[in-house]
Amino acid sequence: MQNIDFTKYRVVVIGGSAGSFPVITKILGMLNSDFPLPILLCLHRLKHIRNGFVEALNIKSNIHVIEPEDKTMIKSGFAYLAPSNYHLTIEIGNYISLTTEELINFSRPSIDLSFDSASYVYKDRLIGIILSGANKDGAKGMCRIKSRGGLSIIQDPVEASVKTMPESVLSICKPDMVLKTDGIIELLNKIKK
Amino acid sequence: MIQDIDIKELRNLIATIKEIYRYDFSNYAISSFKRRILRILELYKISGVEELITKIKTNRMFLEEVIKEITVNTTEMFRDPSMWRTLRETILPQFKNNNTIRIWHAACSSGEEVYSMGILLKEAGLSEKTSIFASDINEDVLKTAKQGIYPTRTLELNMSNYERFAGIGKLSDYYKLIDNNEKYVFDKSILKNVMFRTHDLVLDESFSKFDIILCRNVMIYFNFELQDKVVQLFENSLFTGGYLVLGSKETIAWCKSAKSFSVVNVEDKIYKKIG
Ligand SMILES: C[S@@+](CC[C@H](N)C(=O)[O-])C[C@H]1O[C@@H](n2cnc3c(N)ncnc32)[C@H](O)[C@@H]1O
Repeated sequence: MQNIDFTKYRVVVIGGSAGSFPVITKILGMLNSDFPLPILLCLHRLKHIRNGFVEALNIKSNIHVIEPEDKTMIKSGFAYLAPSNYHLTIEIGNYISLTTEELINFSRPSIDLSFDSASYVYKDRLIGIILSGANKDGAKGMCRIKSRGGLSIIQDPVEASVKTMPESVLSICKPDMVLKTDGIIELLNKIKK
Repeated sequence: MIQDIDIKELRNLIATIKEIYRYDFSNYAISSFKRRILRILELYKISGVEELITKIKTNRMFLEEVIKEITVNTTEMFRDPSMWRTLRETILPQFKNNNTIRIWHAACSSGEEVYSMGILLKEAGLSEKTSIFASDINEDVLKTAKQGIYPTRTLELNMSNYERFAGIGKLSDYYKLIDNNEKYVFDKSILKNVMFRTHDLVLDESFSKFDIILCRNVMIYFNFELQDKVVQLFENSLFTGGYLVLGSKETIAWCKSAKSFSVVNVEDKIYKKIG
């Protein structure tokens, strides 16, 4: 891995499914409260459990977690959680578009779609992180981030409670870093604006 | 497979469609529009936007298929059950003493919301005095809506939404299975006071006045400018005191017309036209 320029990044996008909830909670709880970048969270969740998830994430989070409305401007200090039953994508101009397009990899929200659209807009100034999960959604998106010059990180499959998701990244490209949860937190806390 | 399309190519495509066929996609949200086009290229095995333009120019039928693919038609019955409960419990009762209730489903897709409303009204005993207009840009989805025939694989979701809506009966009171149980068809009586028509939110004018307009998960595909224009259209199409209902993640907060509305329910995205 080349030396990382901790000042060039604009956005962090995190994807996960089964087994990722405790990891996300830990990351959000241990990030510096003045963490300088907006965070996009694309987590698979039960389709019709609409309420409660944001609240659960917020309990221990140092960053304010919200479910954005369509066309919300992206700002630092916030983590934007993809609402259930919508895809979360990024538009040029730094705002969120929600859509009800077809399921991708049996998922809506789809991590592939969020990662791909974010990397299209932020190119090499995007950090993508794939956590524990039971399907392969996110693998293509992660590799897209890498090929567009962004920083690609997966949770170490050794640590992930369900390995399928990080391993499916490894099966199609070589992410820049394979880290345990603590490593991810340490890296993120080095980011400056 | 083509990975990306130039914005300039997209502009050419949009201009061609506009010039020949009177549909205007220039103010659709660009990233989802681009994804739709990529999808169409893949689906029809077309080499690129240039070839797509050539095919569209010479073939109206094909253009209509393309339009159907561009516009996302996903829908379900009683999507966001809490909104439907709010309609039943707090909005519709206000019209109880009216002689008529006029409802517009703007961009109703294949009609699931129209049947949901029909069932709600029937259960509330309000069907007789209600007239419903249901419109969409796309004739094909309207045809499905009129027929009220849906594939059985959609039943599980629709039933579970109906249960969470807590209707007074069972969803199966309103449909019967057909074609070896592969499809189900809704009872025509639900549609007694429904009129279907094509209406393009971008180009067509207001055509009547309503007490309630539902336009859910449509404006998410539009850019700010077009959202503004469409909300204006709804403002002009509502009686004072009438309600506008959007999708659960949509808002009129950024629109110029926002000042003409008050927020009735933030969660369910129900707005009331004031003054
Ligand atoms: C995602 S569906 C919404 C269905 C339903 N309202 C719901 O929320 O379940 C979007 C619909 O908008 C229609 N649409 C897109 N552009 C339109 C336009 N300019 N005028 C009218 N309808 C349009 C599409 O044909 C499609 O049926």
